[in-house]
Amino acid sequence: MSNSLYGPLDPAPDAGWRDEQPRKGFFTDTSVCIGCKACEVACKEWNAVPEDGLLMLGSSYDNSGSLGASTWRHVKFVEQGGAATDVLNRTADSALLGDPTALGTTMAPLEVKAPVDLGMPTSGLPGRVDGAERTEFRWLMESDVCKHCTHAACLDVCPTGALFRTEFGTVVVQDDICNGCGYCVPACPFGVIDRRVGEVGIVKNAGVAQKCTLCYDRLGDGLQPACAQACPTQSIQYGDVDELRERAQARVDALHEQGVHDARLYGESTHDGIGGLGAFFLLLDEPEVYGLPPDPVVTTRDLPVMWKKAALAAATMLAGAVAAFAGRP
Amino acid sequence: MAECHPVGFQWVMEAKQRGARVIHIDPRFTRTSAVADAHVPIRVGSDIAFLGGIIKYVLDNELDFREYVVAYTNAATILREDFVDTEDLDGLFSGYDEESASYDGRSWQYAGHDQDASSDAEDEQSAGEHGAGHELGGRGARLEHSEVERDETLQHPRCVYQVLKRHYARYTPEVVEQVCGVPAAQFLEVCEAVTANSGRERTTSWVYSVGWTHHSTGVQYIRGAAIIQLLLGNMGRPGGGIMALRGHASIQGSTDIPTLFNLLPGYLPMPVAGEHDSLDDYISTIDRSGMKGFWSGAEAYTVSLLKSWYGDAAQPENDFCFDHLPKLTGDHGTYQTVLDQIDGKVEGYFLVGQNPAVGSAQAKLQRQGLANLKWLVVRDVNLIESATFWQDGPEIATGELRTEDIGTEVFFLPAATHVEKAGSFTQTQRMLQWRHQAVAPPGDARSELDFYFQLGKRIRERLAGSTDPKDRMLLDLTWDYPVDEHGEPDPVAVLAEINGSHLTGERAGQPLSGFTEMKADGSTSGGCWIYTGVYKDGINQAARRKPGREQNWVANQWGWAWPMDRRTLYNRASADPDGKPWSERKAYVWWDEDAQEWTGHDVPDFERDKPPSYRPPKGASGPEGLAGDDPFIMQADGKGWLYAPSGLLDGPMPAHYEPHESPVRNPLYTQQANPTRQVIKRQDNLSNPSAGEPGADVFPYVFTTYRLTEHHTAGGMSRWVPYLAELQPEMFVEVSPELAHERGLENLSYATIVTARTAIEARVLVTERITPLTVDGRVVHQVGLPYHWGVGSEAHVSGDSANDLLGLALDPNVHIQESKVGSCDVVPGRRPTGPALLRFVAEYRTRAGITVETGNTHLTPGSDRP
Repeated sequence: MSNSLYGPLDPAPDAGWRDEQPRKGFFTDTSVCIGCKACEVACKEWNAVPEDGLLMLGSSYDNSGSLGASTWRHVKFVEQGGAATDVLNRTADSALLGDPTALGTTMAPLEVKAPVDLGMPTSGLPGRVDGAERTEFRWLMESDVCKHCTHAACLDVCPTGALFRTEFGTVVVQDDICNGCGYCVPACPFGVIDRRVGEVGIVKNAGVAQKCTLCYDRLGDGLQPACAQACPTQSIQYGDVDELRERAQARVDALHEQGVHDARLYGESTHDGIGGLGAFFLLLDEPEVYGLPPDPVVTTRDLPVMWKKAALAAATMLAGAVAAFAGRP
Repeated sequence: MAECHPVGFQWVMEAKQRGARVIHIDPRFTRTSAVADAHVPIRVGSDIAFLGGIIKYVLDNELDFREYVVAYTNAATILREDFVDTEDLDGLFSGYDEESASYDGRSWQYAGHDQDASSDAEDEQSAGEHGAGHELGGRGARLEHSEVERDETLQHPRCVYQVLKRHYARYTPEVVEQVCGVPAAQFLEVCEAVTANSGRERTTSWVYSVGWTHHSTGVQYIRGAAIIQLLLGNMGRPGGGIMALRGHASIQGSTDIPTLFNLLPGYLPMPVAGEHDSLDDYISTIDRSGMKGFWSGAEAYTVSLLKSWYGDAAQPENDFCFDHLPKLTGDHGTYQTVLDQIDGKVEGYFLVGQNPAVGSAQAKLQRQGLANLKWLVVRDVNLIESATFWQDGPEIATGELRTEDIGTEVFFLPAATHVEKAGSFTQTQRMLQWRHQAVAPPGDARSELDFYFQLGKRIRERLAGSTDPKDRMLLDLTWDYPVDEHGEPDPVAVLAEINGSHLTGERAGQPLSGFTEMKADGSTSGGCWIYTGVYKDGINQAARRKPGREQNWVANQWGWAWPMDRRTLYNRASADPDGKPWSERKAYVWWDEDAQEWTGHDVPDFERDKPPSYRPPKGASGPEGLAGDDPFIMQADGKGWLYAPSGLLDGPMPAHYEPHESPVRNPLYTQQANPTRQVIKRQDNLSNPSAGEPGADVFPYVFTTYRLTEHHTAGGMSRWVPYLAELQPEMFVEVSPELAHERGLENLSYATIVTARTAIEARVLVTERITPLTVDGRVVHQVGLPYHWGVGSEAHVSGDSANDLLGLALDPNVHIQESKVGSCDVVPGRRPTGPALLRFVAEYRTRAGITVETGNTHLTPGSDRP
């Protein structure tokens, strides 16, 4: 139990499953993502997730903004270029910050970082008006999703048991048990889980914490999650996490061989601050470019230490109190 | 392709993973560019200059696949002496008539001995009529004679190879840069990639969509690609070809069994009143005696079609009911029909899964036409703008139309979607795939098949007992489809009817196994000759779904491809003239010397037992007239046409013309735009002035229209679906940061886009995916407009329609509208509303001095007269 909040482990048996299945997860290969958003739509269709607002964000082709209670798959569009990209990011941020509830969720600001120098040769694009402001242009796309962490802080902090670890090693909310306390929301290091905004009784599961279930109700029937099924280019691959990790390594090796040196895996290592992600990624740039934390740590990592310290403090006080009264008649 | 065909694009991604190099040539940086190896931004409407540049590169460097070119194309064929090229006439080919704005194509013909001058004159008389391109139908490729002169050394100055070389001599990399805005170095990279990946061992494929076709020179764009592919030996070979990606599912099918006014099923031309008064007249125009190739079976195909439609009523003594067919009296294309609606010549209209009030070019005209009908039937899955224009269309807001004045009675009939009915889809590879019904349609929604079956039944009941001869065309129809327990006609029965069957003899009642079994004596039926075989052996071949891993890589047991289940057309060209594969790597179909037949991975697109050494006896015609090394079996000379001696109305070779509306002066010729484009001079179809005309600077920018992955065409299937609507909720205009700076446009603010027709508003999306191009020494800004939104109150999301901006100027061959390019102005802020919008646009027209003549001159002043 010493590492149950941190370090490598197999989450399903750790949660007490006796007949656990091989751990299931996603490998999302962003190098072949074409940004079609079929995953977003398929997810909503299967899980009956409501529409998430009709706001244009001006943030490239992304009008979903971020993951949230009513967006369980989210395709990010990152336009990497010269001067213009900053302007775009700023307006996108202000669109999001200006009226956050319009999206149906309260959310953290969209994290779009300034473009990172790719170290690529800068050849001016044709027809440049003045100077060479434009640099090599890329359009990165990434279908983001709940990471189904090995150490899931949302689950750790849930007081009702609404969040639970499945036999597939995934993390699922039971919407009929969740009381909407919201502890899970700040606990998630990725900003994935959120409570659904809306009037109770009108909007399904209003007030309840919601996120990707890895299509728990499909896995039991031997089906793959709806998003992976819909993905036309196999950017979203579903399977046993162990096997997916091998596949991901082979893919990143192949890309390196082709000269795509920026290709890297994100969240596949069991030795990171989460103990490895159940849903991990192949990225073509730094995680920050995609709005992902570069070195995520489970927010409950220090909980045992804190409790130990608190217990020590309590014991000290108790001992002090005892000592204070000791010797008195 | 990733934008509009994400599912099909998986195969491009797979090819890329296997080492294919993907180059994306597009004005915008799209989702396709994002994963391509290279993106080449090009000026909209300049593709022929680009393609012509590649042709020149291939010819100059002698990179053509010479054995293939000599043996399989018309490179060696010698032209008539009186042919004069655009290079000598400053942008015109010989035979131009200014009066009719059309060509007399006689001088474009091959040289030959048996010229029949009288019939030439007769043909040209009809083809010279304005908009007569539809009369060519699918036959197109007729030659005046089948004996041609060839010089296989390709040295003769009048051989096609030399003519082509001269025609493209000025299409240098520098000129490509000047016209297209593509830097010469980048252009040369494309040339090198295409030529390095062509030849014996490798093939290159071109994929295009409406970005090529929707131009006033659209047909010639495709011809440009065809010339490249023939020069490089990329036709009829695996991994080669030119792929037309269609607008949506089964557009290919609706061309094969057409919804087009000028075609009968299987690309048989629609008969013309006055010219085709008998079956013999009709057949003789398709199958001229002495012609080579498989069009010589036209009589058998036509008679079988008539037998399948009219059954026992069709007999030799009544020309198999040929008289029942409607005959063309002119252009009845979609745009002509709309103009006729406005002019009060059309009373009723069926819209079936089409939303022209939003999705067709000059959408304003479309709505005006709809408002001037007696009745309108709209069959759709949602209450689209074409059914609601009378209450909340843009013209109601401006006061141009008043609801109480519109007499059109609108019938809205809910339609079943593609998953709610069974049937077949035909995709771009000509492959039919059967679609099973997944769920029953909700409520009153019905399939098209059910609707037309019931409509036919009811009309026939009304007409029963009529003695009026014109009613025979309906009363004599075979209209007896079996129905299921819900009354739904059986789509397999329709497929069987299309396939055709033997009507007499031992095999009476049995399905035909191929079109070669069709007879002209009325003993066979068949609704579309090219589809014959899809119901071979009484089995629905289109429903075959053997997984690829359980069969060879051609996967012939998945679905069924016309004709005769051939997956690659003209695949005889995949073997050399002796019948041996060009290389082991690209082996596809070859001659088996021992078995004395053609064999291979695919069904040979050639007579199975005709040896490579076969030479036709003098005077032979039909298939017999084709040699054993004539792979292009539908062409009248069995060759691939680098030069089209007939079949096109705007020239035998593509030449670069500027779009109908362009702020750029044609850098190549004095002649500015296609001199034969179909213009429509009307007060309600005004054009912007182009470069060289006064007022051109009022519309300095170029716009193009397109689709996004998130929506489908005019939005009928996506703007009503919350899950799709939320992904792209608002109409927007994509502009470069440079133009945003120039015009003071801010990301997410509004901009107004103005043409001579109207002005629309859109949210601004500033993006480096749009590149300003330097063209002919000046910067040309292009803006991008998706066209999914429309004005109305029924959809989940609505907005101004990009199609309102477009005017009508058409390709002369196929009457396609130039909707991919136009000129415009872009100003910050929202557009005026109500009548103020009309005043706003009128002010622009005044400022630019626009009249009905503006932009509509066919022959650019200063051109040398032919």
